[in-house]
Amino acid sequence: MLALIPLFPLLGFLINALVGRRLPKTVSGSVASAVMVASFVVSAMSVWQLAALPPAERVLEQTLYTWIASGDFQLDLTFRVDALSAVMILVVSGIGSLIHIYSTAYMHDEIDSEYARYFSYLNLFAAFMLVLVLGANFVVLFVGWEGVGLCSYLLIGFWFKKRSASDAGKKAFVVNRIGDYAFILGTLLIVTRFGTLDFLRLAEAVGPMAVEEGVFGVISIATLLLFIGATGKSAQIPLYTWLPDAMEGPTPVSALIHAATMVTAGVYMIGRNAVLFSHAPETMLIVAVIGAATALFAGTIGLVQNDIKRVLAYSTVSQLGLMFLAMGVGAFGAGIFHLYTHAFFKALLFLGSGAVIHALAGEQDIRNMGGLKRYLPVTYWTFLIGSLAIAGVPFLSGFFSKDEILYETFHEGHTILWLVAAITSLLTATYMFRLVFLTFHGERRHDAPAPAHQEDEESAHGAPAHHDHLHDAPPAMALVLIVLAVGSVLAGYVGVPHALGGHNALSSWLAPAFLPGTGPADAVLPAEEAALELTLMGVSSLIALAGIGLAAFIWLTRRELAARLAHAWSGVYTLLLNKYYVDEIYDAVIVRPTVRISQDGLWRGFDVRVVDAVVNGFGSVVDASAAVLRRLQTGSVRAYAGSLFIGVVMILGYYLWR
Amino acid sequence: MDGWPGVVIMIALGVGFAAVMIGLSVLLGPKNPTPEKLAPYECGMPAVGDARERHSVKFYLVAMIFLLFDIEIAFLYPWAVALRDLGWPGFVQVVTFFLILAVGYVYVWRKGVLDWGPVARATRAAARREAA
Amino acid sequence: MFNSSFDAVVPMLCVVLAALASMGAEAFRAKDEEMPIGGLGIVGLAGAGISSGLLWNRNAASFGVLVADNFALFVTLTLVIVGILTIMFSSQVLRRDQLPKGEYYALLLFSLVGMIMMAMANDLLIVFIALETLSLSVYVLTGIRRDDPKATEAAFKYFLLGAFSSAFFLYGIAFTYGLTGTTRLDQVGAYLAAQSMSDNPLILVALGLLLVGFAFKISAVPFHMWTPDAYEGAPAIVSGFMSTGVKAAAFAAFARVFLSSFEPFSADWAPIVWILAALTMILGTVVGVAQSNLKRMLAYSSIAHGGYLLVGLVAANQVGKAAILFYLLAYAVTNLAAFGVIALLSSREKETDELRDFAGLWHTHPALAALMTVCLLSLGGLPPTVGFIGKWYIFSAAVSAGYYGLAVIGVLTSVISVFFYLRVVVMMYMADRDASAPVPSQVTGLGMVALAASIVAIIYLGILPTPVLDLAAESIATIF
Repeated sequence: MLALIPLFPLLGFLINALVGRRLPKTVSGSVASAVMVASFVVSAMSVWQLAALPPAERVLEQTLYTWIASGDFQLDLTFRVDALSAVMILVVSGIGSLIHIYSTAYMHDEIDSEYARYFSYLNLFAAFMLVLVLGANFVVLFVGWEGVGLCSYLLIGFWFKKRSASDAGKKAFVVNRIGDYAFILGTLLIVTRFGTLDFLRLAEAVGPMAVEEGVFGVISIATLLLFIGATGKSAQIPLYTWLPDAMEGPTPVSALIHAATMVTAGVYMIGRNAVLFSHAPETMLIVAVIGAATALFAGTIGLVQNDIKRVLAYSTVSQLGLMFLAMGVGAFGAGIFHLYTHAFFKALLFLGSGAVIHALAGEQDIRNMGGLKRYLPVTYWTFLIGSLAIAGVPFLSGFFSKDEILYETFHEGHTILWLVAAITSLLTATYMFRLVFLTFHGERRHDAPAPAHQEDEESAHGAPAHHDHLHDAPPAMALVLIVLAVGSVLAGYVGVPHALGGHNALSSWLAPAFLPGTGPADAVLPAEEAALELTLMGVSSLIALAGIGLAAFIWLTRRELAARLAHAWSGVYTLLLNKYYVDEIYDAVIVRPTVRISQDGLWRGFDVRVVDAVVNGFGSVVDASAAVLRRLQTGSVRAYAGSLFIGVVMILGYYLWR
Repeated sequence: MDGWPGVVIMIALGVGFAAVMIGLSVLLGPKNPTPEKLAPYECGMPAVGDARERHSVKFYLVAMIFLLFDIEIAFLYPWAVALRDLGWPGFVQVVTFFLILAVGYVYVWRKGVLDWGPVARATRAAARREAA
Repeated sequence: MFNSSFDAVVPMLCVVLAALASMGAEAFRAKDEEMPIGGLGIVGLAGAGISSGLLWNRNAASFGVLVADNFALFVTLTLVIVGILTIMFSSQVLRRDQLPKGEYYALLLFSLVGMIMMAMANDLLIVFIALETLSLSVYVLTGIRRDDPKATEAAFKYFLLGAFSSAFFLYGIAFTYGLTGTTRLDQVGAYLAAQSMSDNPLILVALGLLLVGFAFKISAVPFHMWTPDAYEGAPAIVSGFMSTGVKAAAFAAFARVFLSSFEPFSADWAPIVWILAALTMILGTVVGVAQSNLKRMLAYSSIAHGGYLLVGLVAANQVGKAAILFYLLAYAVTNLAAFGVIALLSSREKETDELRDFAGLWHTHPALAALMTVCLLSLGGLPPTVGFIGKWYIFSAAVSAGYYGLAVIGVLTSVISVFFYLRVVVMMYMADRDASAPVPSQVTGLGMVALAASIVAIIYLGILPTPVLDLAAESIATIF
């Protein structure tokens, strides 16, 4: 039955890819949404079945067949649901379904074939993500891992006529491949060291081993390689640059990538290998530090961005940083909890921003918005709820999960990291409400879509042509926004901490997944720790409110203050606005030299010039450019033969001189 | 590594042999240069006309085919010598070999490679006219 | 009269007969008569395939110099598949480009005979004869478009360099004979294993020279220079045939010579092959990035793939050996299909082989674009295609044999290589057609069937590789 979960979306992909261009929009959209809902239903049934089992045995497995078998190494195509995957499949298929439904309205202005293409990619994306979280070993996980990379690439570049969009798609794929490289190496290291790639077998093998000291142990190196893979997929320093650009795709795609799928893969992968990572404390520290650094770094950038989606994108990077921080300090449950609540409010925020963009015919610059509260009430209220949730205002979902991360970090003794996380929370609240105030409050700075602007946006963007008035989200979109808003409020209540009299149900549900073979953690919190947690909670609530207040003070009441601040701190402002120039640095240090080496160095240089030069004497290097072209036509056979001969001499020379 | 002298000696012999041959001919050969002898491709006769004369491509084709079949006939001799030792399997092998050659021969023939001379040329030209 | 010693020759004989028949048919063909010559070839190859199936597990040997062990038969079957696919792709191309049909098929089949012979050869001289048989046919095939100066140039370059490298190879055979007194591979192996010759440098010279001959045929760096020119000049389908068939045959002989006869000297040749593999993977990939011509790009990519195969050869453990065979099959099907797409899209006037020719292909040829995408993803080694399984096997063989460096280089280059495969995908899906450019003709018939079959194989073997992997492991176990 588990196989059905990814198979449903795959079926949707096949239908839309093969015959979609001949189907009317309503059919292809409904098919795509229906398969996702079906997948969600099957997921829910599996989780139900899982919950019926005693906690220590909560594992469902389905082995389709033996994929690869050679010698004593065997690799099965196995899907497995345990407590952790259960959370993930519900998030992916659940939020995924909502995004599909939302998309049926959002993408309605595309032509039939493009519409089908969009939904086929979207279904494929979901299918791969489900394979990723269901995979019982590294290779099955890797299939999904690569698959979502490919689909994200196709989706981000969906509006390929926009050059920035296809560039962003390319960037996403290339950056991801760098991470994948490390991931494959880590996997290969694990298979040679432990002889298995199955997560459970691996945990059993690693469990009894001593915790590694220092960074040079096999486990440390393997986990570090895996973590580099995770930084690529989950947009952490140094491989985060693709995610903010990824908002070039259609907005629901951003929601899907940022909230439910793709970026959570890295966090999930670490949680999946909790036992392995726990045995490499050095790696864990690196994970925590990178996570905290990313959280702070992205938060500061988010503060000054003017593109509504870009702000949200940096907020995702920042929130993912918090999740990695949780993973790094060993609070796997807290990290997954935040992943789960984040899925709700980040999907909500992205879809809400989509509704705004939809209404404004493609306008994304918040400096040109304002006062939309009156025109887009549904969007406004749901967006506000999402913002409150992400800011960590008490008793909304984000509050519980973020607090758990902060508390665990403090509790594990990482005071500095806690401080960084607390500052990040402040930044989060500030930039989110900057966004809310600039977009929805104040007076309108945006006319009804200007014709000229509309035209060029439309040709590139397929955004709907709107006329003289703004209108709120159409029913399908509004419905999804409301459902997600309710989710953003309530999702946190599965993990109410003990200190508040709750049971932290999610954490005890997840515990067996991180330490296989045991029951749920049955923690009874000592009184002083409860007091500490309550104190920290109070602090972070205050931080959240302070951030909102700060935002209200600057952007609601004294708009000119923001400008003055920007002016006074122009250096910092420019630095932040340009995202610390990281893209430019990467371009100058890595991208351009690589291209140059491959073009000038090895091809023109080695294949043509060096060999030629050696054969024809050094004099011919002079006046090379003309000579190269000439020799490409006539002298090249000699050069080729020369290369061959040099090879012979080198081989024999090796034997002579070794 | 005591085998290396062998390699070195062999290389030395190869280079040395060539060097000695050239050297000897330079040293011992009588030298009575005349303009005719210094001319490229000299053979003692005054050069007449351009050396790069165009030959009919047929010439090369026939020459090549002659070489091919000539050399392959040469394979018959070792077989003939060992005929009794090889017995029937040997016979079958040679027949197979010749059948393959025969197909090549038929192909060459049918493709008109062997048609040469004014008659064949006239026939072909007539056929071409007819087709056109 | 016919004793069992003829058994091993039967697969080759089937193909020879088909080749002779196509020559005969061409000879007696009336001027404008259409003849199903390609069908003849397919029948012959099918015969070869069936007879190899019957010979499975029988270890037949003919005349002591040809052996039809499972290893050879596996390669033969791969070659049969390559041959049949090539013929299916060719039928449309030949008609469109008005190439001489009978000659084309005869040469194709003769070169296949050479390849099969090479896989079965148990004697260095037979390896050489096979090498020449296949090379001479392929040289002519490269230049079969006689009115195209590029093709003529490519054929001539290939011929000259091929002759040059053959000389080295022959020299290596001579040295081997001089040292061991035999050219039979099994006897050479026995001799080398029995004698302690590790201090005799002549054997190293022999080793090095044989290595050069093989390295040329599999276009390992620095013996690769002919490859891009030859692949670009030849008709696309011939390039596809060269890059798969020739490579498979050369690798089969390479593996047999170096993993069985020269096994005692693996400590001497492994470092060299290590360096060749590393250079080949790096140069093939990095230079591939700079190409804008698709055929050249695939040429460099096939160089890089040769490097991955060399990794399997260096690793030389049980996994690595099976991986070579599996990879050969996987790579053959994938690469041939990729070249097949180019061939089918081209027209008589112009090959559709520039990157920009593929702009917006998705809009004009959705099915072809999708098929090409699968091929490219498989070449890049992305799951769930056969390319991924092949690479995975090669690299895990390298890691378990302790060659971490090679595995790291291999994974790195395959990651980089995805960049240039994906560039084509970008072009097909995410670029606008040049409105002035002519729309390539639609593809129908046999070519499409062959493409569909290849794609099914690519995905099927990516999802269910075990039966073929087992077969590969089983067949390699019989000889090494």
